[in-house]
Amino acid sequence: MNDAIDIKSLTITQAKKDLAAKKYSSVELTKAYLERIKKVEPKVNAFITVTEEEALKSAKEADAQIAKGEDKALLGIPLSIKDNFSTLDIRTTASSKVLDKYKPPYDATVLTKLKDSGMVMLGKTNMDAWAHGSSTETSDYGTTRNPWNTDHLPGGSSGGAAASVAADEAIAAIGSETAGSIRQPANWCGVVGLKPTYGRVSRYGVIAMGSSLDSPGPITRTVEDSALLLQILAGQDPHDATTSPTAVPDYLKNLKKDIKGLKIGISDDYFEGVDPEVKATVEQAIKTLEKLGAVVKKVKLFPPKYAIAVYTIIQRAEVSSNLARFDGIRYGNNRSTFGDEAKRRIMLGTYTLSAGYYDQYYNKALKVRTVIIENFAQAFKDVDVIVGPTSPTTAMKIGATEGQSMFGELADVLVEPSSIAGLSGINMPVGFSKAGLPIGMQIIGPQFAEEIVLNVAYQYEQENPLYKIKPEL
Amino acid sequence: MNKYTPIIGLEVHVELKTNSKMFCRCTADYFGKEPNSHTCPVCLGLPGALPVPNKTAIDWCIKIALALNCKINEFSKFDRKNYFYPDLAKGYQISQYDLPFGHDGYVILGSNATPESNQKKDAGQASMTKEKRIGITRVHMEEDTGKLTHAYGASLIDFNRSGVPLVEIVTEPDFHDAADVKEYLQKLQQIVRYLEVSNADMEKGDMRLEPNISLTTDVKVLPNYKVEVKNINSFRFVEKSITFEIKRQTEILEKGETPAQETRGWDENRQKTVSQRSKENAHDYRYFPEPDIPPTTHTKAEISSLKKSLPELPDEKMVRFAKIYALPVYDAEILTRERSLADYFEEVVSLCHPELVSGSQKQEMPKRVRHDITPKEIANWIINKKIDHTQITPDELLTQITAAKQTIAIDETELVKIITEVISENEQAVTDYKSGKENALMFLLGQVMRKLGKKVDVQMVKEKIKQQVA
Repeated sequence: MNDAIDIKSLTITQAKKDLAAKKYSSVELTKAYLERIKKVEPKVNAFITVTEEEALKSAKEADAQIAKGEDKALLGIPLSIKDNFSTLDIRTTASSKVLDKYKPPYDATVLTKLKDSGMVMLGKTNMDAWAHGSSTETSDYGTTRNPWNTDHLPGGSSGGAAASVAADEAIAAIGSETAGSIRQPANWCGVVGLKPTYGRVSRYGVIAMGSSLDSPGPITRTVEDSALLLQILAGQDPHDATTSPTAVPDYLKNLKKDIKGLKIGISDDYFEGVDPEVKATVEQAIKTLEKLGAVVKKVKLFPPKYAIAVYTIIQRAEVSSNLARFDGIRYGNNRSTFGDEAKRRIMLGTYTLSAGYYDQYYNKALKVRTVIIENFAQAFKDVDVIVGPTSPTTAMKIGATEGQSMFGELADVLVEPSSIAGLSGINMPVGFSKAGLPIGMQIIGPQFAEEIVLNVAYQYEQENPLYKIKPEL
Repeated sequence: MNKYTPIIGLEVHVELKTNSKMFCRCTADYFGKEPNSHTCPVCLGLPGALPVPNKTAIDWCIKIALALNCKINEFSKFDRKNYFYPDLAKGYQISQYDLPFGHDGYVILGSNATPESNQKKDAGQASMTKEKRIGITRVHMEEDTGKLTHAYGASLIDFNRSGVPLVEIVTEPDFHDAADVKEYLQKLQQIVRYLEVSNADMEKGDMRLEPNISLTTDVKVLPNYKVEVKNINSFRFVEKSITFEIKRQTEILEKGETPAQETRGWDENRQKTVSQRSKENAHDYRYFPEPDIPPTTHTKAEISSLKKSLPELPDEKMVRFAKIYALPVYDAEILTRERSLADYFEEVVSLCHPELVSGSQKQEMPKRVRHDITPKEIANWIINKKIDHTQITPDELLTQITAAKQTIAIDETELVKIITEVISENEQAVTDYKSGKENALMFLLGQVMRKLGKKVDVQMVKEKIKQQVA
């Protein structure tokens, strides 16, 4: 083990500098993470598959390239990948036994981009099965535990991804969000989670959950790392017709601008029913933003609870159709291997799309979705970003989802409106509860405003660099 | 006399011959290829794969719709049609539901006097040649499925066909007999071939036909049931299945019962339709907008530019041929059945009468302009000699016609002499001819030609014999 490697303080930016300065090699760095994974996995269970062999192979190739003086954005950097991203010849389960033995014959576009940038993939992280949930408790491969307190949930569905970063099992992780699946686990695990605008990052190769909502994005220790990864992931993909041709700005360049005069919106409804400790901590964080020169303005948004019904109907309908291909003919396992949550969603989605119910449910949900989109558009005429708590509570205890078929929708109530509107957003760690669990603030921007969202998050992080505080494992 | 009027509508699926499939870059030319060799994550429906629509296929679908006189939706979208079948890779088919690319069009039947309709006319069914308007309900775009083979005690799936662009053309229930259905199908086949968007080869399954048939005593009222016959791959089988269904349903109605609403299939071996799926088991396809594909928009300008790009269609071409080249409608119809033959005919005509052929920009004027050969003669030659236009160049064809026309001038007195000889040697034939037997004249003509031993204008000789016999 190379003593120069202190994985507890590493960021992508730092590791890149160290690799360039030959402080250590990518193989050494990768080995350090593989050892960390071996050590803490029995407590955390963030990974479904650890790809040790492939990781060391990529690290060796990266070292050879570094020796030749090549410079790529992620050359030799070890990352974890959520298990719903198709990875060529590497088992991809989406945490469902249905796909227990499935090895995709192709890479997701996100994977192609990361590989082209020189990434070392450490393994595939645990999640709620098919991304159905906000706890990882619906995983067929066991629950992931929160590194800050292993009696607690990491959140989900990208729970393994967020936990792998919090527990120093990877420098950063790639997750995906449908409504909350990046921001909520990032919140509960005390890391930075960016949900890009729908259509900013390609979905090609990501096992679909809610096709009109799914947004892949990075989970990182710092905002700078988040911007660095988004720079790689963002852009139009010829394989994904829903990606946008909107130009990709230089996210790192604009990160450090001051935020004097920037207008920040807050909506009282986003603080309703929120745990008092969470509420107070987020209010404190807003004061910090004011101190940095931002102007806080009240905005009127629809109460977030309306988004629950819209989200539930649209997402379940899409799920019922997306999972139809797992008909037991291919992929090895039959439909009895579907977990209860997937079955519930298939049934509900099938029902809402059925003849005679379509107008009453799906069509109505689409109409309300349009109203919510307009509501945000109106608010963004007055403010640059909207901030509030990411979740109503800190990480709940293991087992909290039992008998709660709407657990996810309630845990994600504060991020669902922006998800169904396809907006950009980020979770920023802003403090800890008395029990020592992380508290997060979300910053929501208009579509394709990741630049502004990252800028605000970065400025906050400079004032309160919580990434320096680590859980004891 | 049957008191029931058949009410028939048609759904036709036409496979397009685009280079690539509808939603991926795999080649769409799958026929006879090694199973599952033309596949990728998208057409295999693998988890995470996404469809990207083929713009050419959409343009071609709109062209078909325009050729069928449809209105084009400026705002359109794809929808998911959810159903389970092992050949359906994703568990849903990407199709179009409430906003098809084309809608509310029509096709006119009976505008051309086909041999069949002429015969019907002879048989006293004059109404058959009257023009009929068949409404086109919709023309929409979708993807083909894979193909199942049941063999070796197993079911095998070949996904080569999965995702091949398919256009579905649905008519109003405007047909009342099998003959009109056949005419419509021939016309549709001809149109898509003219547009060069499909080979429309029945043998290869490029066109699949689904008539729905019911009977009514009052044409103004649609019956309360409908029998659909699925997936027929021959015009003849469509005719047979309609005829069979009319008989079968008549028998049921005569018993005072109502035929079951169901899907049936044509069993060629047993020469009958057989029940496949009843109404109770009818699918609820749970259509909803395909979230993986953004809605499409076509501006008025784009639509009108597609319209301008349409070639001259068979009906227009036939009328123009009849008019410009002074051809009988019957000949014009034969020459315009296939676009390549029509083009060939015009190419030949342009060598003789360049002034007649619009848009014929002959780079070089032929060395000898054969003004003496009329378009009618060219048409006759092509039709009567069953010319294979892919084998004989226009120039060669003209050479043939010219050679045939070349007659040796013959001395008038010599001809009269020979005819007189033949008449005196064949008194019986002369008598026969006078008593009205046309064949006798042909016999005399043959004798004269034999004695002449030269290639002379037969028509002229025939006239001479007639004069002399009289």
